[in-house]
Amino acid sequence: MAETLLELSGITKTYPGVTALDNVSIRLARGEVLGLIGENGAGKSTLMKILGGVTEPSEGIIRIDGQDHASLTVAAATRAGIAFVHQELNLFENLDVAANVFIGREKRLGGPLKLVDNAALRAAVAPLLARLGADFTPETLVENLSIAQRQMVEIAKALSIDARVIIMDEPTSSLTLTETERLLQVIADLRAHGISVIYITHRLGEIMTCADRVVVLRDGHTVGELARDELSHGTMIRLMIGRDLKSLYLPPNQPARPGGCDIRDVVTTAFPDRKINLSVRHGEILGLAGLVGAGRTSLARTVFGIDRLLGGEIRLDNEPVRVDTPRDAIRQGIYLIPEDRKKSGLVLEFPIRENISLASLLTQARLWLVNRAAEGRIARQQAASLSIKAPNVDTQVVTLSGGNQQKVVLAKWLSMQPRVMIFDEPTRGIDVGAKSEIYALMRNLADEGVAIVMISSDMEEVIGVSDRVAVMHEGHVSGVLERDQFSEYNVLRLAIGQALEPSGAAA
Amino acid sequence: MMKKDLGLFVLLIVVSAITGAINPAFLSGVNLLNMANLIGLFGVFALGEGMVIITGGIDLSIGSMLALLGVVFIDLLTQYEIYWPLALLMVIAGGLLLGALQAFLVTKLKMQPFIVTLCGLLIYRGAARYYTTDSTRGFGYGDEADTISNIASGHIMGVPNTFIFLIVLAAIMAVVLHRSVYGRWLYAVGKNEEAARFSGIPTGVVIAVAYIISGALAGISTVMFVFYTNSVSPSSFGNFYELYAIAAAVLGGCSLRGGEGSIVGIVLGTALLQVLQNLVNILGIPNSLNFAVMGTVILLGVLVDQQLQARRRLAAATAGAARASAAAAAVRSGQSA
Repeated sequence: MAETLLELSGITKTYPGVTALDNVSIRLARGEVLGLIGENGAGKSTLMKILGGVTEPSEGIIRIDGQDHASLTVAAATRAGIAFVHQELNLFENLDVAANVFIGREKRLGGPLKLVDNAALRAAVAPLLARLGADFTPETLVENLSIAQRQMVEIAKALSIDARVIIMDEPTSSLTLTETERLLQVIADLRAHGISVIYITHRLGEIMTCADRVVVLRDGHTVGELARDELSHGTMIRLMIGRDLKSLYLPPNQPARPGGCDIRDVVTTAFPDRKINLSVRHGEILGLAGLVGAGRTSLARTVFGIDRLLGGEIRLDNEPVRVDTPRDAIRQGIYLIPEDRKKSGLVLEFPIRENISLASLLTQARLWLVNRAAEGRIARQQAASLSIKAPNVDTQVVTLSGGNQQKVVLAKWLSMQPRVMIFDEPTRGIDVGAKSEIYALMRNLADEGVAIVMISSDMEEVIGVSDRVAVMHEGHVSGVLERDQFSEYNVLRLAIGQALEPSGAAA
Repeated sequence: MMKKDLGLFVLLIVVSAITGAINPAFLSGVNLLNMANLIGLFGVFALGEGMVIITGGIDLSIGSMLALLGVVFIDLLTQYEIYWPLALLMVIAGGLLLGALQAFLVTKLKMQPFIVTLCGLLIYRGAARYYTTDSTRGFGYGDEADTISNIASGHIMGVPNTFIFLIVLAAIMAVVLHRSVYGRWLYAVGKNEEAARFSGIPTGVVIAVAYIISGALAGISTVMFVFYTNSVSPSSFGNFYELYAIAAAVLGGCSLRGGEGSIVGIVLGTALLQVLQNLVNILGIPNSLNFAVMGTVILLGVLVDQQLQARRRLAAATAGAARASAAAAAVRSGQSA
């Protein structure tokens, strides 16, 4: 086996109340492409942050070139030749390619002013771009580059610091098929030059093409290591899942009723060439699963009137409805609990009372003057029924915990008449106690006849809470599962675009 | 009245008392009424500016609007001999229209308020000067519309009508801003436009209305100023007035980031500015230092306010954290029980 470049052994990382990584060990050889896979929250990102020197491990050893370190700093990681190609690219769009590659390390002209030597920067970057087969020049402004081209800039940046390890985190999530193939070629080329790559992805097909070895993480543990000849979709998926799910399921007290919301051939701005079909009945909780970027949030935003509907129609109780703005959606009883509650759900500096009344203020007013008594009464009622923990309803929302903030967002809608409610990652960043309260609340709403869509990346939640699960993959619904078909395996297969029957997936 | 307004009020009283102690002429009836008149004149358009600033925008066009509407108003009365109530309405409608135009550019075409209203500042001033070929417009003998002139420059029991008008207007605006649904929406849009939109608030309309109100109030101010100066020189009439308005609003607690400020604060801010100007004259400070004094006081006022706010936020955050940990402790003890 080739010489070992880098070794992490016994890495543990704990945050208050959570163990993100538990005794994880990985080894990387020179010129090796290591695939790193696992579900959302398996610990991949934490592990890579430790390697990049962004966070310190609680325990464990990082061994580089035979030297042991308890932790790395960003500078030390860079010196050791570890470079990142980020999921969200960290480039300056207003600068050209050469300036981006050498950002913070600009070559200088002599003289007292120490001006930047742009010519030298460009001369240094040109051969790197040639080596990557890039189709743009060092003088190109980054804002004029496609995402795939920007990735090449990041890789060029890595090469310019003589990187020996390049970590790529979901590099292909926004690439087209040809761009992906191009990237995989570049990876093969890097490998041939003795540069190692850690490749994090959900796309198992790419792993099959490029990885020499695969490490699988689950819930912060290393659960398996597969050599190249052991790789198959089935084995990888089986390793990624396979924990016991705690039962969260609260069965409905009322059967699902006819009517509800039908999404027919809907085209969103995120995937203009895909049509989405989906239905949710009154009284049911429909889980909407899929990988990050599969188009779930964009569907929610379109149904709620934030993003433009490019095609198809939305029907409510068999009547087509127009939702050009959130105002239209709210008038129809379609409410959204947004993914980022601080940014889109709440006015943080407002008191609880004014946040609860934000969407329904006109009904608590006469001649456009706010009836503060009515407003306070409704707010106190909601705060009590949702058990929002705060001294009183005049408390600023910014001082509340995540769970209580989420309850305030819910209270805003529950003080009105919901018909369809879309919850986008309703329990992200919320403690366990508040989570189960929110699940119970969703079930109550469903029993009262509300049609509920729950977008979630938390597998336990999707499988535990939903009555049915629809899975999205690259902008369309790749399958709908009934409760007897629920399993992490099935959800994951659909999420990565494989057919439900494993027999059809021999790739 | 909020804490902030109270602080400003105390500052106003202290500054006035000190000035009065040094030179009692400051507190003479004539001087106070003169100041009240100026506060009335400058306060009206400052209220409009305040609304725009609460949306997170800015209106730089007010002074030029005054000049353009001013020359048009005098011509309507003298050249075209239009009945004064009609001329008054036309000028207010003119301001409203210019405000609506700026609102359209800001909310529909998504241009930055600073740029839109800066261009307004340049265009309206240019238009006023071109229209009059740079000559001063005024009332000839007997041209003045007596009734409106008497109303605008008159007084009731010694109190200037302009001041009375400002107080009435401020009272109405205070209800709009602090008690109406629109006012709540305005603050919500200023604080977090996205959350407001996600709550079904028509954010574009809310912002547009603020610019339109600002324009309409500039129209009303035009009439008040025309009868104060009795003539309009298109190149200097209303120069820098938008900056007075911004200064008054900022002194009065408006944040240029939006979502903050009160009507009482803006009125007090206007008053403080006029007191400062008057104080420069009455204490024999060289008139050339006028702006420097104003600038220094605004700078210090905003600085102190910011420091106090940071301290208050910190206190609120600690209280919140303490509450959270107390709640957590209660849950834990409940579990162990």
